Amino acid sequence: MRDARRRRVAYLLILPGVLFLTVFFLVPMLTMLSTSFQDGTFEQGFTFTGRWQNYTDSFAAYDTQIYRSLLYGLIVTVITLAISFPMAYWIAFRGGRRKNLYLLLLLLPFFTPFIIRTLAWKQILADNGILLGTLKDWGVMPDDFQLLATPVAVLGGLIYNFLPFMALPLYVALERLDHSLLDAASDLYSNRRQAFFKVTLPLALPGVFAGSLLTFIPAVGDFINAELLGSVNTTMIGNVIQREFQTNLDFPSGSALSFLLMAGILVGVFLYARALGTEELTG
Amino acid sequence: MAVAHTGVQAGETPRERPNQPEVKHHGPWLGIYTALVMAYLFLPVVVIILFGFNDPVGRFNFVFNRFTLDNYRTLFENEELTTSLQNSLSVAAISTLVAVTFGTLIALALTRYRFRGRSSLNLFLFVPMATPEIVLGVSLLALFVTVNVGRGFVTILIAHIMFSISYVVVTVKARTSGLDTNLEDAAQDLGATPLTSFWTVTFPLIFPGILAAGLLVFILSLDDYVVTVFNAGGTAMFPLWIYGASRIGVPPEVNIMGTLIFAIGAVYVIIVLLRERGLLGDLQKYASRRI
Repeated sequence: MRDARRRRVAYLLILPGVLFLTVFFLVPMLTMLSTSFQDGTFEQGFTFTGRWQNYTDSFAAYDTQIYRSLLYGLIVTVITLAISFPMAYWIAFRGGRRKNLYLLLLLLPFFTPFIIRTLAWKQILADNGILLGTLKDWGVMPDDFQLLATPVAVLGGLIYNFLPFMALPLYVALERLDHSLLDAASDLYSNRRQAFFKVTLPLALPGVFAGSLLTFIPAVGDFINAELLGSVNTTMIGNVIQREFQTNLDFPSGSALSFLLMAGILVGVFLYARALGTEELTG
Repeated sequence: MAVAHTGVQAGETPRERPNQPEVKHHGPWLGIYTALVMAYLFLPVVVIILFGFNDPVGRFNFVFNRFTLDNYRTLFENEELTTSLQNSLSVAAISTLVAVTFGTLIALALTRYRFRGRSSLNLFLFVPMATPEIVLGVSLLALFVTVNVGRGFVTILIAHIMFSISYVVVTVKARTSGLDTNLEDAAQDLGATPLTSFWTVTFPLIFPGILAAGLLVFILSLDDYVVTVFNAGGTAMFPLWIYGASRIGVPPEVNIMGTLIFAIGAVYVIIVLLRERGLLGDLQKYASRRI
């Protein structure tokens, strides 16, 4: 009796939130799935015709941007991992009582709004801005050298903006690590390199996996960095989707591209989980 | 930012491990490396602050010309800026209140009750967080266009509540899952009604989690460009204003707003650190003794 009542209370507690998410997350996704098979124009309205060519046509038209986004996402994930791992390691193992101070310092720059941060990189990387302008004045760099509107600038912006999403899960995993395991390894005559590769790294893998997902997914779908720091040669799939919905008003193609983006991410995540051999991590 | 805050929250309860000796075999290189990465992370912040004091030549604020305070003096004369800031703050406040309510109720149900569909609910809450923001934005737009709803303040509000709920659940759950249910039972044994025991025992215990969640989704809402741009209609919103301003040129006002928001964040961090070290209590004691 009491169990049944308790269960009713639980359902009552989750009702408002679940209802809201059903109407404004699940239903929109289903609407977009339907839209991706529709035909017509924005002015005259779209009708469902089961038009699967929206997928094949938009993939054929924008395969470059899709592959580029996945490639950028991959590069950003690898570089943020390489940058943050030693830092997270140092904070977790050498931070001592100041661990939280270092962690908050790491997060502090990201209190500034996302767009303002990205614009700051535009200010830094501008052709005659503080970085390139100075180097050019010194004569270290040719006058026509530029970083803005190149893949380097877009990747730089993405790496900067998504770095905390990698650094934090890494830190959490490393901080949790039981140091006595390392003592045990050294008692058993492993040197520091062996202890790192056989103890520290395997135990940090859940952090690597979580950090990679949290970095890869928003990086692949981002369009702000490509918009503000890039050029037509760095257009990502996010820019194309935005244009389809806002400028071309071609909702069916935009919807199809959104699902292609999600499919690309799913495949990437699945392959990654398989490669790490950590299926229990995903559960 | 999302992860950022759970980090701050985790930081509030430092785990002491007196038995564990610090690993002492490394040279100074890793520390120097960390300092360099920190410098890299703060570089844009320095530029944001610096160029807020610049008197730019032309529309683009890229070359430092002359130090001035005029930008600060005239900041709130910019009507588009103040309107969009007001709108964004209203959306952030309302969406935070609603999302925190919905999310906390779900977190309580998930950690304190066993019911059928718990794991599907967890998955259902995870999916919005794993969906790229642009997809969240355009799918809502597709819905609003399909059912012929005009975009404006209300649709922005709906969108922000939608992407905030899951973050609230995750953050509050971290607090409720460690909760000792015996405390509430004890209160009821002592004659408290379930509602009284909730408000006097449980709620104060999970309040820090609710506060952290509220702060997190407030910042997420204030900062959101991607979901907002598809569902704003003609409503002036702060991130949209920054973006629009950057199309025409980058005015120093953008830098000043960045500086001010950074300053608020810095003050928050300082308070957290002071509290953690018990310094805030010492200060209060000191102050009360003086009075």
